[in-house]
Amino acid sequence: MAHHQDHDFFIPAPSIWPPVACLGAGLMAFGLIALWHFSALTGKVMMAAGLATVLIGAFKWFGMLIAESRARGKGEHPFVVDLGNRYGMILFIVSEVMFFAAFFAGYFFLRSGNPTWPPENIALLPVDLPILGTLILLTSGATVTWAHHSIVHARKGETIVATTLTWQLGLIFLALQAFEYSHAAYSISSGVYGTTFFMLTGFHGFHVLVGTLMLMLLTRRLIQGDFNEKQHFYFEATAWYWHFVDVVWVGLFLFVYIL
Amino acid sequence: MATTGKKGFLHYLTTVNHKEIGVMYLMNSLVFFFIGGIMALIIRTELAAPGHQFVDGAFFNQMTAMHATFMIFFAIIPALIGLGNYFVPIMIGSPDMAFPRLNNWSFWLMPFSGALMLGSLFVPGGSAAAGWTAYPPLTNAAYSQGAGMDMWILAVHIAGASSILGTINFIVTILNMRAPGMSMFKMPLFSWSILITAWLQLVATPVLAGAITMLLTDRHFGTAFFNPAGGGDPVLFQHIFWFYSHPAVYIMILPVFGIVSEVFSVHARKPVFGYNSMVFALAAIAILGQLVWAHHMYSVGMDLTAQLIFMMMTMLIAVPTGIKVFNWLATLWGGSIRFTTAMLFALGFLLLFTIGGLSGVVLASAPVDYMMHDTYYVVAHIHYVFVTGSFFGIMSGLYHWFPKITGRYLSERIGKIHFWLTFISVNITFFPMHFLGMMGMPRRIADYNPIYADLNLLCTIGAMVFGFTQILIIYNVFYSKKYGKKAPANAWGGQTLEWTHTSSPPHEHNFEKIPVVNQKHAYEPYTN
Repeated sequence: MAHHQDHDFFIPAPSIWPPVACLGAGLMAFGLIALWHFSALTGKVMMAAGLATVLIGAFKWFGMLIAESRARGKGEHPFVVDLGNRYGMILFIVSEVMFFAAFFAGYFFLRSGNPTWPPENIALLPVDLPILGTLILLTSGATVTWAHHSIVHARKGETIVATTLTWQLGLIFLALQAFEYSHAAYSISSGVYGTTFFMLTGFHGFHVLVGTLMLMLLTRRLIQGDFNEKQHFYFEATAWYWHFVDVVWVGLFLFVYIL
Repeated sequence: MATTGKKGFLHYLTTVNHKEIGVMYLMNSLVFFFIGGIMALIIRTELAAPGHQFVDGAFFNQMTAMHATFMIFFAIIPALIGLGNYFVPIMIGSPDMAFPRLNNWSFWLMPFSGALMLGSLFVPGGSAAAGWTAYPPLTNAAYSQGAGMDMWILAVHIAGASSILGTINFIVTILNMRAPGMSMFKMPLFSWSILITAWLQLVATPVLAGAITMLLTDRHFGTAFFNPAGGGDPVLFQHIFWFYSHPAVYIMILPVFGIVSEVFSVHARKPVFGYNSMVFALAAIAILGQLVWAHHMYSVGMDLTAQLIFMMMTMLIAVPTGIKVFNWLATLWGGSIRFTTAMLFALGFLLLFTIGGLSGVVLASAPVDYMMHDTYYVVAHIHYVFVTGSFFGIMSGLYHWFPKITGRYLSERIGKIHFWLTFISVNITFFPMHFLGMMGMPRRIADYNPIYADLNLLCTIGAMVFGFTQILIIYNVFYSKKYGKKAPANAWGGQTLEWTHTSSPPHEHNFEKIPVVNQKHAYEPYTN
């Protein structure tokens, strides 16, 4: 830069990794089309290559972010950068909420449009597993809050323990859900009940998986000592995301399993 | 810098500069404007006379679907995002967008999405042919068997992802990166319009993603969302689709409201009249716009009370829109007006968009809509909104800001010919469609009753003139970029930061030093 920077904003250097991630997304889309309509093998190869490209792009990109954050130093991020990141994460969660809103709206619309719910040919799953799942996710909400308290009181060991507990609970939840899926007497293609059940719980499960991966990365970064008690944006973003996943589950549990 | 023209592909591929990304958005959208325009001319050629003479029905259906898809997702929205990308950071006194690399990512998804959409024309069975609205059952696995429909869905998915993340970038930039003293209520109205549009996109686009995901799983995984045999309901798709797509209309017009506010103020040399009410009117339109989606579907057999509510909410939108129209008139009143091309396009917008708005009020009325639904009246209405609204606004913005982007004015002489030919031809093209609609001519059908022949021929002649006139803007852009009259930093005597505090074209990080905003109100002169 030719002149002295008189603001606190972070203007990164050009990077190849975002467009690489775009290329990967494009490859995956073209691959899916090939898989469905032209040549299954070509499709699979393209999709695998696309996924690999997306992952490489994402890892390199996020790795760059972590390296830049470390170069600036713990707790040294300007206020506006930290604030901008928070706004960004909140807005991302808003968009996720709206995605789920579409599926919930579909669920309520179809449910109210069908005279009997569940439809007569559907043998419901017992609710004990979902109740257990609810307890597990709510507990994980508590452990992540515990981790938050620990991090703001600079208790590093406790933070790591609580965060680890959180993603382990996430894994247990996912295992329970897989177990439940394998015992369902209906499938995604057995009418609206199966459709809404699997799409809603499936998308939720995918978000639990993403949250779990975020928490695992968080644990690693906590061990490496990336955060201090003042600034820990990635911690907060992950915790918010986790709470969001939690809240979606409470809605699912209430409206899909109980009511 | 955006305009040196000596930088290679790799530079533009990796750039994080909001101005370069903005220009790439604009170029991308220019390409798709012409692709969508060629499709429109194919449609109009077929409709020049009754009967089938030029293309077959299946291809005609592809053209109606793809014309709308390209114009909406690949031409108008990216053009407005491009202008926003270029000018919002400068207008609020920021060195760049909040997440510059994410900005790059948002842009570079578009060519892949566009390639997928364009490629769908060349696969067996051709592209999606069920309208840009993609209603099932026409779009389910039985009636749209080819790859085209899936390519349409995935292309919209990718464009949507780009749009959502781009939108987050805009909101964070505007909330967080304003220069010292630039309070929210001192922001130029274009920044406000982008902020409010971004909010609409943020909450509406994921819902579209949901709708087309359901369509995709219905097609390939046997789900029953829209399949009555499994207890599903095609009307659900319409609800979810319009929950996005009605706000999408506002996504395409609110930034234009911002652009013409800037243009009126600068070229009438007066601050915008009623600044605060302009902001609140924008917000009111956005909020109401999210609550009126079902006015696109009065004829599906909705509950009468629901129809009444949607009808009244829709008509209510005329109130904030009216506030804006009268504020613009008041801005012009007593101003010392320069009839530059930018101003002419803005005035053309004011006159013709008002017609489009009023035909919207007509269509909002459920009993009238039963008659007009799926007729050319709807086509007339939406083209008065998109062409004389969005397109005129984008052109106005282009003539207004081109000197800032390149350092040279667009040729005013070519510009005025461009404006007048466009102004006359759009009316010849689209005004008769109101009559055709009232006579009952259905939209999206390749053949028609010979009683509609004369007016259709007139529409086609208008469309040809309109289409070929647009070559002038391409010529003007490339000619003026090289040989145009050199523009000073403040090319028009504006009072917003992009004119007062930076060169033409702006330097890499926009400002030599971050400006301190000491105006009392937006659009009043700076004293530093």
